[in-house]
Parts: sequence; C-alpha cells; structure tokens
Amino acid sequence: MVVLPARSLAALIAAKLTRAALRLTGRGATTLPGLAALSLDPAVAAHIAARLPKGVVVVSGTNGKTTTSRMLADVVRLSGWHPVHNRAGSNLARGVAAALVADATWIGEPRADGAIFEVDEASIVTVARLVRPRVLVITNLFRDQLDRYGELDTVARRMRDAAAALPVQATLVLNADDPIVNLVGDNFAGKVIRFGIDDATVHGALAQNVSDLTHCPRCRARLRYDRVVLGHVGDYRCPNCGFARPHPEVAATQVESDAEGTRFVLGAGEGAAVRVPLPGVYNAYNALAAIAAGHALGIEATTAARAIGSFRPAFGRLELVEAEGRRLRLVLVKNPAGFNAAAATLLSRVGSVRLLTALNDLDADGRDVSWIWDADFEALAPRIEWAVVTGLRSRDLALRLKYAGLKPDRTYVVDGWDDAVRDVLRRSRPGDEIDVLATYTATLALRRTLSRMGYAKEFWQD
Amino acid sequence: MDLRICHLYGDLMSIYGDRGNVLTLQRRAEWRGIAATVETVSAGDRLDPERFDLYFFGGGQDAQQDIVAADLAGPNGVALKEAIAGGAAVLSVCGGYQLLGHFYRPFEGPELPGVSALDVHTVAGRRRFIGNVVATAEQPLVGFENHSGLTYLGPNAKPLATIEVGAGNNGEDGSEGAVQGKVIGTYLHGSLLPKNPWLADKVITWALERRNGHVDLPALDDTAEREAREHAIALAHKRR
Repeated sequence: MVVLPARSLAALIAAKLTRAALRLTGRGATTLPGLAALSLDPAVAAHIAARLPKGVVVVSGTNGKTTTSRMLADVVRLSGWHPVHNRAGSNLARGVAAALVADATWIGEPRADGAIFEVDEASIVTVARLVRPRVLVITNLFRDQLDRYGELDTVARRMRDAAAALPVQATLVLNADDPIVNLVGDNFAGKVIRFGIDDATVHGALAQNVSDLTHCPRCRARLRYDRVVLGHVGDYRCPNCGFARPHPEVAATQVESDAEGTRFVLGAGEGAAVRVPLPGVYNAYNALAAIAAGHALGIEATTAARAIGSFRPAFGRLELVEAEGRRLRLVLVKNPAGFNAAAATLLSRVGSVRLLTALNDLDADGRDVSWIWDADFEALAPRIEWAVVTGLRSRDLALRLKYAGLKPDRTYVVDGWDDAVRDVLRRSRPGDEIDVLATYTATLALRRTLSRMGYAKEFWQD
Repeated sequence: MDLRICHLYGDLMSIYGDRGNVLTLQRRAEWRGIAATVETVSAGDRLDPERFDLYFFGGGQDAQQDIVAADLAGPNGVALKEAIAGGAAVLSVCGGYQLLGHFYRPFEGPELPGVSALDVHTVAGRRRFIGNVVATAEQPLVGFENHSGLTYLGPNAKPLATIEVGAGNNGEDGSEGAVQGKVIGTYLHGSLLPKNPWLADKVITWALERRNGHVDLPALDDTAEREAREHAIALAHKRR
C-alpha cells in the first residue's frame, strides 16, 4: 500500500467531508468535492487514477459522450471490471476528481479497478494530463456554444493537444466519418482504432445546412461528400491532398432504425449483430464508439453487443417520464447538430408532435442563443400539433418557431417550470406522448420539477 | 416586385445564427407578398454585380476568413464594390464586417486586406468581448457579441448605434457597428435580425429600391418579435 503525500491526503479528506456534508443535506455531490480536492491538491486525482490497475478511459466530443461512456461502462462491467464512472453528468476536471475521490478510501486507495470518464471538450487537455488515459475516445466535433468553447478549429486543436498528452502505449478511438475527428489521428504516435458506418443507405433525413466544415481540415480545399449522415459526418474525400474517410476497423453495416431502436451488423456482414435500444442513427455511432473502445481494451464485440442490448439511457438522453398517463420523452439539446439529430429521430415516428421545449442561456447552456437559428426547426414545424415554450429565453424560441413556419396560435409561451409542465398536462390526454427538447440547465430544472411533482427521480440517484 | 438575396460566402462564413438573418430577410419579404430568392456565392465562384439587390455577409472562423479575404482580393472584391455603387444593400456581421473595412491587422503576420466598402479598420485585441449587447439607434438594437477584433470608424462611416450594455466596436468609444450609404456592418449575432425587425425592414427597403424607386413596406404583426426583443433587453440589463 502506497500512502498519499500529506497534502494530497488533506485534499482527499476535505473532499470527502464536503461530499458527506452535501449528502447529509440531501443534495447531489457531483462536483463540489472534486472542486475541494482540486483546489487543495490537483495531484490527488492523479494519485488515485494512477493506481487503477485496468487504467482510465476518457470519452470526449461534442455530442454523444454521455451515452457512449455509459454504454462503455456497461460493456466493461460485463467483462468483469468494477469501474468508477462520472455518471451524473459532471464532466469537467472537478467532476472527474469528485468521482475518483468518492470511490477512494480515506487513505486514497481506489476501490474500483478502472475508470470510464466522460470529459467536456474544454477540460480535455487538463484531464488527459491528470489521469493519463489508456484509451481516448472522440465521438464527433460540431459547433457548440461558441461563447464557451470557441471555434471548431480551437476545439480540434485542443483534442490534438490531449492526444499528444497521452502515454505512448495509449490508443485513440476515433470516428472515421467525422473529418475533423479523423484528423486528430494525424501524427499520433500510438495506436488508432476507427469506427464508422459502412452502409450506403444511411444518409441524413434532414437538409444539412450547418456549415461547420466544408473544406479539408488538412489543406483547406473543398471537401467532396459521397454521402452525408449528419452535418459534416459522412463519406468525404479531399480531391486536392487525398485526405479521405479511412476504412474503419469497427464498421456498422445493414443499419436499421425505428422508434424502438437501432440495429446493425458489425463488419462485412459476418460480425456480431448489435441491437441498440435507442432510436436514431446517432445512437448507432454511440454504440460503435463503445464497441471500438471495448476492442481497444481487448473486449470481444459479442460481449460489447450484449451489454449494449440492455442499455438504459442517461439523464436527459431520451429518458421517458410517466406523468398522469402521458409519456414525456426528455432529450437534451444544446447545439444545432444535436437538435437536428433529435428532430430527425422524432420525425421518424408517425403522427403529429406535441412539444415542450425550453431554452436557457446560463453558462452551462451557452449564453449565446443564436444557435437555435442554425437548428432545423423548419423540418419540425409542419408536424407540430402544439408547442409549449418555456425557459429564460422562451421568447427567442417562440420567435424561432414563428420563422420556421409554425402558426403563432400553436405556440404557447409559459413562464415558470411548474406552470409549463401543468400546461402540457392540461393540453394533452392520457396515452399521449410529449417530446421535451431542452437545453442543459432547462432539462435539469424540468427534471427537478417533474421529480417534485412525483413523476421522476432525482438524477443523481442514478 | 421581387427580392434577390446573395448569401455571400454562405458556406464559409456562416457562424452561429447567420442563417437566422437570411431567413428573416426572406420571410419578411414573403409575408408581404414579395418573392425572395437566396443564392450562395462562394470563393472561386464569379460574382455578377448586376444580379443581387441585397448581400448578407456573415462571420467565420479564422481559417475560413483567410480563404474569403484571398477571394475578395481578386475580381469578386471589385464586383462587390460595383454592386454597392449600383445601389445594392449590404448587411455584414462580425467577420464579414471586418472584411468590408480597409484591413484587419493581426498580432502577428501580414495585414488581411478588406474591400474598403466601409471606412473602418480592425486591429486584433487582447480581450475577447463575449456577451449580450443593448444599443440605441433610431430604435433599440439587441444582440450577442463574440469578438476580439477592435474596429475603429473613419470619417465616412457613421456608427450604427450607441452602446448601452456590452462593448460594441472597440469597447472604448461607445459605438456599435457602422453605416455608410446602404452598407451596414455590426458585431451583433443573436441572430441579429429576428429580434430587430426594424433593421431587417430597413435593409429590405434599401434593397428593393435598387430596381423599384421609392418603396414603402406595409407593417407586419411583430408581437412575437417585440416580446423577444423586450425580454432580451431586460435580461441583458439585469445581467450586465
């Protein structure tokens, strides 16, 4: 047993006391203990992480990191790991530290044997240096909260810095279909495993009008796309420098998606059949990322497929809440690509759409609400029966729906979370499904409201 | 009457919400029975100075901005100035605004030349201005700024508005944006036009007058626009 240095030990104990106090007062303790530990001694997290025998896996990217990391946690558990995981959606350095501290004993001995961490793009370099991951998974990179993350080029540079900070024996797991993610593998000294969709029938259900990336990230010539799946994700090649979608080692073929979920076959048809109990092609990508990460850890695809088959979604990621006989389907939306993916899934179902949608502009949501004008509300509007609109920037959202072509008499602006939920229940009947699209802090607030009304449990109790 | 809109470098220069501005121009023309078309002209295309009544020129990432600046240094820059001289209206936001000035001077490396359609120039700043903006013009303007470039006006350009909340052109002189003839530049995203319909209508009017003589646009029901604007202004003041 290795004893922590006094400073780290003090930080660990302070963090643990913070956690105990928060729990006693009935609050979720997902970040404050980590903040306490990090501000006293950042090395405490590094100390604990370095003593996990199976090592650390970090999942980052714009969309899908929560779902992917949760799938991966299930995958490694099924293959015998006892991982620590920052489940409750706290994905900054302090959340990672909080999870490590919570898992460790009072003398800094981890109880877990490995770690699966979802990490925010802005924190990725810090966390990579802190926990020295064995595997780094990048799901996709889209424009997201410019006021917080900066330009897409800045985020891509951060990912390359994180890759450069990995130990030499580390593996990068990259989305082959996303050119800017693919480029992170350029000049990477270690091993790279790529995943992607090898099915010509899979292409975007929506017009792709978000111009994150129209030009080659390597030489700046215009990229050619043979197939676009979502935004700039698809089958691309650069006619100038030869940069092109590489053949992915972990590839999905025969992809099918409906309201019940998504199914695909790995490899050229001879591989494992995978059933993802979540609709939407983007969830096929999340599953592929988890399978590819499992592959990097030496876990059989059949084991990974079995774990994914019984997956339960996370907070705000296509979560179902029953309220007075209505089914509320909660989807967190925070950027145009994520919104469009959610909208495409919603439109793949039959019938009209009843919507509860909420826009906040706090730091965690992105303070610039401009992004809603890049999201494809036009595709959604013709199918909306009514929309209850709430949140700090509800009027911006109502205006967006007006310009998308929704008749103003179908939009109801309601202030206050309780009143918005009550309004939805009043407008609907038992048996109805209601889609809830909300930004991060708005999802939290709605979830809390639903919980207080007795319809959903607190998310940190997951 | 019809309105021909050019989304200038729309594939390269379309950052957060620029699309909302184009959509607003198009819808507000259509709601008045004026057919509106939008075409994108990009780097390497040939811009016909006769073709469009209105140019929208948005913001971009640094790398894309370099491609656009290089293209504007060629025949397309000349064509754009011809179009402006011929009575076309231009609305530019952020990066587009900077490129319509004389130049952008970075900390390192050569100056990025602009087309000098606006008597302004921009220099790189150390601080990034990020946040809600409220400014006063003939009517209130509300939006969101995210820039580190500092823009200074010469005598031929007039400020578009005076800052109440936020930094505006340079955080020093209280000005936001620039107007020169029928060319407007601003740092405001938000998107800018949906919540500031008066500005959208002004630009549409200027554009239509290129081929139609004096134009009086009929009023629209702007209840939703007004509510969104008033709430955004109140929030910006509260959080300043």
